[in-house]
Amino acid sequence: MSNSKILANSVDVYYGSKQALFGISMDIKEKEVTALIGPSGCGKSTFLRCINRMNDLIEICKVSGSIKVDNEEIISDKTDVVSLRSKIGMVFQKPNPFPKSIFDNVAYGPTIHGLVDSKNDLEEIVHSSLKKAGLFDEVKDRLNEPGTSLSGGQQQRLCIARAIAVNPEIILMDEPCSALDPIATAIIEELIDELRLNYTIIIVTHSMQQAARVSQKTCFFHLGELIETGETNKIFTNPDNTKTQDYITGRFG
Amino acid sequence: MNNSVAKEKIVSLRKKRSLEDMRFKYYGFTAMCLSLAVLVFLLYTIFSKGYTAFQKTIVLLEVDYNQEVLKLTPDSSDEEMEKGKFFRVKKQAVENFFPDLSKSDIKLVKKLFSINVDNEIKDYFLDNPEVINTKQQIWVTAHSDVDQLLKGNSRRDVPEDRRKLNDIQLSYVDQLVEENRVKQVFNNFFFTKADSRHPEIAGVAGSFMGSLFTLFTVFILSFPIAIGASVYLEEFAPKNRITELIEVNISNLAAVPSIVFGLLGLGVLLNVFGLPRSTPLVGGSVLALMTLPTIIIACRASLKAVPPSIKEGALAVGATKTQAVFHHVVPLALPGTLTGTIIGLAQALGETAPLIMIGMIAFIPNIPTGLTEPSAALPVQIYLWVESAERGFQEKSAAAIMVILIFLFMMNAIAVFLRNRFERKW
Repeated sequence: MSNSKILANSVDVYYGSKQALFGISMDIKEKEVTALIGPSGCGKSTFLRCINRMNDLIEICKVSGSIKVDNEEIISDKTDVVSLRSKIGMVFQKPNPFPKSIFDNVAYGPTIHGLVDSKNDLEEIVHSSLKKAGLFDEVKDRLNEPGTSLSGGQQQRLCIARAIAVNPEIILMDEPCSALDPIATAIIEELIDELRLNYTIIIVTHSMQQAARVSQKTCFFHLGELIETGETNKIFTNPDNTKTQDYITGRFG
Repeated sequence: MNNSVAKEKIVSLRKKRSLEDMRFKYYGFTAMCLSLAVLVFLLYTIFSKGYTAFQKTIVLLEVDYNQEVLKLTPDSSDEEMEKGKFFRVKKQAVENFFPDLSKSDIKLVKKLFSINVDNEIKDYFLDNPEVINTKQQIWVTAHSDVDQLLKGNSRRDVPEDRRKLNDIQLSYVDQLVEENRVKQVFNNFFFTKADSRHPEIAGVAGSFMGSLFTLFTVFILSFPIAIGASVYLEEFAPKNRITELIEVNISNLAAVPSIVFGLLGLGVLLNVFGLPRSTPLVGGSVLALMTLPTIIIACRASLKAVPPSIKEGALAVGATKTQAVFHHVVPLALPGTLTGTIIGLAQALGETAPLIMIGMIAFIPNIPTGLTEPSAALPVQIYLWVESAERGFQEKSAAAIMVILIFLFMMNAIAVFLRNRFERKW
């Protein structure tokens, strides 16, 4: 299909001798929100971290198979991981702003990639990124305060702004709301809905309600295997697989 | 087991358990008191032995700056004045110190003055050239034997042949005290002069500067190397056998006796590379080798303490590994690395054995002005003074210990300050 953004084909992941993912194949469409759901330890985060090669950080982790982003293979030694990561932003489970000012947090990405020539440009990028992350109005008067002084939900939006600032096409979110209260979660979910217009988003979540609320596609993982993938509506109302049925009705997980 | 039995058991054991609590608290308190008492006793001993070193005894001497004796004229140039015959002036002053002295008495009186008196008479004149052909009352430094007698450190009730000052000299000193011609003042020599064979003019300035230069060398060498090594080991090194071997051996090196590093300095730095002996450059290099493992271990611990999420955050926006490490991990670890380095430096400051091996134990009467000049170091200076037979050096060694302790306290204070100043919360 023409608007396929990420195409995974039989991806296996090993942690040492333990296999964590078994032949995952997946087709992720452009400008859609895809939710990865499943019980703890089923490999959804592992799969997510394959897409921007964050698994490289784990010494014993071996990835095989093929993942193509815009038809370019990324599971290869020749892949330029740095430019891959500038194209694929990531938001982590726990907000992890740098212990620097709010401004510097957002400015870091554009600065290291040399996206800006002048101070004004940089300011513009920082402001627009904060606006896109829905944080600007809350912090515009204290851009020089440390990012760590913000509340949890604000910190997470700051991390989203930081990811957006390098102008990525894809944003990976690894349980972005698991450390947040319901109100902050609602704000982030709204934001995800807005971001969908410009970015391809893959979100790992433990909350099935959240998956149902924000995503168009849902993929259900179980014990390292991709059990079922499809339209979110269908998965939550009429799944094909009985395991999916059991999970979403709360019989296990 | 029914409910009431269980309750009874809990109550009976409860007493025992709270007694245990009390006992442990008591043990801990005793241990703390004991160590504090030992520390206080140590400090008290050092202070009570050493505080007199901060005072010196001076004697009022009448000096006649006669131009004939000096072989100078009021119009002499500065250079000529430098070469004035001040020793003749001094000789005359000593001869007239007490009225009607016989030749043998003069010899005895001469021994009441420090060897430095010539210089003091000269310096006074050079500062005030207009005193030529006048008689001046100048306070000059007394000999260490007089100094020790007046401080009560040497006793006068021992037999004459076992005393430094004989009976006649004692009576002279008594006469001086009676006439108010001696007094005790702050001992500036202790802080401005280098080592000397004469206790009254020996000071810690030389060894203090030597220690400062040595520590400077240690810092310059070990800080960048330790940061580089620990960043590499912590962030870049592949996790394989060789890395593991290196890690284990760094810990081993930290436990190697310091004298072995001294031998290394002697064998390699002095004999193979031919670096100048007894210098802070060599001493610092040896101590840098000795402290490197300690600093590397501290640096790695503080690098490890930086949460990995920060590095992940940087990598996720597309930073290279080097950027992630040097923009985020290293700055966050900096307070810890600095503290580790200062603790390593403090260890280096107190180290004596390796410095003895590379010859920093030599008697150096000058204050060093560079890294390649022979110099002493504070701990070695203490060792030298403790060894000396003269009474005057005993108080000096205690006072030098005070100096090194204050130096150490200051370094630790700097470490605490830096840690508080640069520590960032996340």
